[in-house]
Amino acid sequence: MKNLLSAADLSREDAVEILDTARRMQEVQTREVKKLPPLRGRTVVNLFFEDSTRTRSSFEIAGKWLSADVINVSAKGSSLSKGESLRDTVLTVEAMGVDALVVRHHASGAVARIAQWVSCPVLNAGDGTHEHPTQALLDAYTLRGRLGVLADRHVAIVGDITHSRVARSNVLLLRTLGARVTLVAPPTLMPAGVASWPCETSWDLDAVLSGKAHGDVDAVMMLRVQRERMSGGYFPTEREYAIGYGLSPERLELLGDQAPVLHPGPMNRGLEISSLAADGPRSVVLDQVQAGVAVRMAVLYRLLAGPGEVPV
Amino acid sequence: MSSILLRGVAPLGGAPIDVLLEGDAIAGVGAGLSGDEVIDAGGLLLLPGLVDLHTHLREPGREDTETIASGSAAAALGGFTAVHAMANTDPVADNAEIVEQVARRGAQIGLVDVRPVGAVSKGLSGETLAEIGNMARSAAAVRVFSDDGRCVHDSRLMRRALEYVKPFDAVIAQHAQDPRLADAAACAHEGPLSGRLGLPGWPAVAEESIVARDVMLAAHTASRLHVCHVSTAGTVEVLRWAKGRGVAVTAEVTPHHLLLTCDLLESYDPVYKVNPPLRPAEDVDALRAALADGTIDAVATDHAPHAAHDKDHAFAEAAFGMLGLQTALSIVAQTMVGTGLLDWAGVADRMSVRPAAIGRVAGHGAPIDVGRPANLVLVDPAAEWTVEPAALASKSGNTPFAGRTLPARVIATVLRGRFTVGDGAVRDAVTR
Repeated sequence: MKNLLSAADLSREDAVEILDTARRMQEVQTREVKKLPPLRGRTVVNLFFEDSTRTRSSFEIAGKWLSADVINVSAKGSSLSKGESLRDTVLTVEAMGVDALVVRHHASGAVARIAQWVSCPVLNAGDGTHEHPTQALLDAYTLRGRLGVLADRHVAIVGDITHSRVARSNVLLLRTLGARVTLVAPPTLMPAGVASWPCETSWDLDAVLSGKAHGDVDAVMMLRVQRERMSGGYFPTEREYAIGYGLSPERLELLGDQAPVLHPGPMNRGLEISSLAADGPRSVVLDQVQAGVAVRMAVLYRLLAGPGEVPV
Repeated sequence: MSSILLRGVAPLGGAPIDVLLEGDAIAGVGAGLSGDEVIDAGGLLLLPGLVDLHTHLREPGREDTETIASGSAAAALGGFTAVHAMANTDPVADNAEIVEQVARRGAQIGLVDVRPVGAVSKGLSGETLAEIGNMARSAAAVRVFSDDGRCVHDSRLMRRALEYVKPFDAVIAQHAQDPRLADAAACAHEGPLSGRLGLPGWPAVAEESIVARDVMLAAHTASRLHVCHVSTAGTVEVLRWAKGRGVAVTAEVTPHHLLLTCDLLESYDPVYKVNPPLRPAEDVDALRAALADGTIDAVATDHAPHAAHDKDHAFAEAAFGMLGLQTALSIVAQTMVGTGLLDWAGVADRMSVRPAAIGRVAGHGAPIDVGRPANLVLVDPAAEWTVEPAALASKSGNTPFAGRTLPARVIATVLRGRFTVGDGAVRDAVTR
């Protein structure tokens, strides 16, 4: 595995190995001295064409705990506004002597394109409305922690599916790991051709959470609703969205006691998720953040040090 | 006046015969003719010189990507004797001075008749009419008006434009794209692939709904409408319905929409980014059938050169468009002749006769008869060639056909009796 561009790049074996490695990596997080030596002398550049505090910090910490030199390059607006091509921007960064690129870009497919131009490993940290494979890995990691094996588990993903890279990567990875997925959204926020995806779909959140639509739900993942979608006319008001698709306290009761509630953050409290759901015992939102570092350590290790025994 | 004899050539793919060229005209068609210079044209086809209704020559404004000279060379090498230069230059061709300048430059270069297209609206703004009358009455004698690249989406402006061009026997060529259904970011056919790839969708209905409105407006105003680069099966149905009712509507399809499908976007390679976008195979089949039965009148290239640095971006941020002039005839040979949908006479009709009629281009698209202007192309239908971007005459290399081996090769192009292309190369230096 040279790059990680899509969750579809991961075979079941790859995914399980990364998740197993991440578990070892997470043990490091509880130590007083958190640094491991394997990537000493290697340089990882976080090349971010779009603002992101949490993903960038997570990758930065992951790299540093593996002893890599981590450089953050904010390239927001640099290419187009300066008249420079994306290719020139990326080749310039690579020419400085980079061992791996972690790339976030606002346009779908940009990271795959970059991977064609450079020779170092490239890791997709989110490309437009396409994919965010490490998010799917950390979600799978979190779900494994709560549910044990994921085979035949049923995960509901709720919200703006059309514009969600998190949903796309999760559908692919959860499927690879043997889980079932049901996507829930109003018709305006369902992607074109979703019927051909390897999952179920529904417009009715209550029917899904109660198990009436597609069977009992083992976990629910609420997606962030970008407030700018309102101007696109995807739904009438925030109030109506919250009533139809928000995880309210009442809806929470439809879920089993053990069913975890996930959210990739940042959360719009009161819109897609109520505070009771976000802060309650089912919430694994902070576990997800913690898992993010471990999973990204595992992926960086895998791409830069190759498969094999982890020196933990 | 010396004469040139094309010996044993097959006009429109018919029986071999001799064709004599003298001066700027065809001087003889028959058996056993003789001439001062004799070209053995056995096995070659003779077609009327191709006429392109839709070419972006980029001059003035983006001479780094194409000039009237380099575009004319590409056109001649592709078998064209006339091209329509689209108005979306910088400055926009929305006044008599610019269209005259473009026509004059084309005539100076002399490889192909450059027919400027005038903008419908001032500055392509879609708000007020450009000086259509002045452009029509100018030395450039503009007969095709288009805001191509943008849709004349305002219903009232479209109505006025259709009405206003009537005294000039001109046509409004519409880029059909409802900007509310497919905005500037829309770049991939809306369907399972765009959903999976996360690319902003460009739904078929954004084209079809505009065409449906426009054929009604054309009927209401009793004016002439031409639909640019038809890309969907639904548009074909609307056109068929409108033509059945006698609406004066014509339409074109690009070579790339006859061959390529949206599956190619899987690579996110912007060489496949074009507007309207590549569509699924069902649309491609419908477009071929419509070109075969005449519902779609013409093939037009939408030749759109772009610098590499305008394509070396993420898909959504790269420029729209692909080269087309030098590959058009070969793509049509592959998709229409190779499949038995059209014979060579049909190709001549769709690539020369009808486009010349739509654009009111005198002297082009004429029958191969004695006394007609010698605007001709000589084609070897059996020859194959491989597309190499760097070997094309265009200043840009954005062809989606790079590396493909295509059928049919232009051997010579003749503009008013003068060989602009002979043996595959432009006869005259053009980069002066």
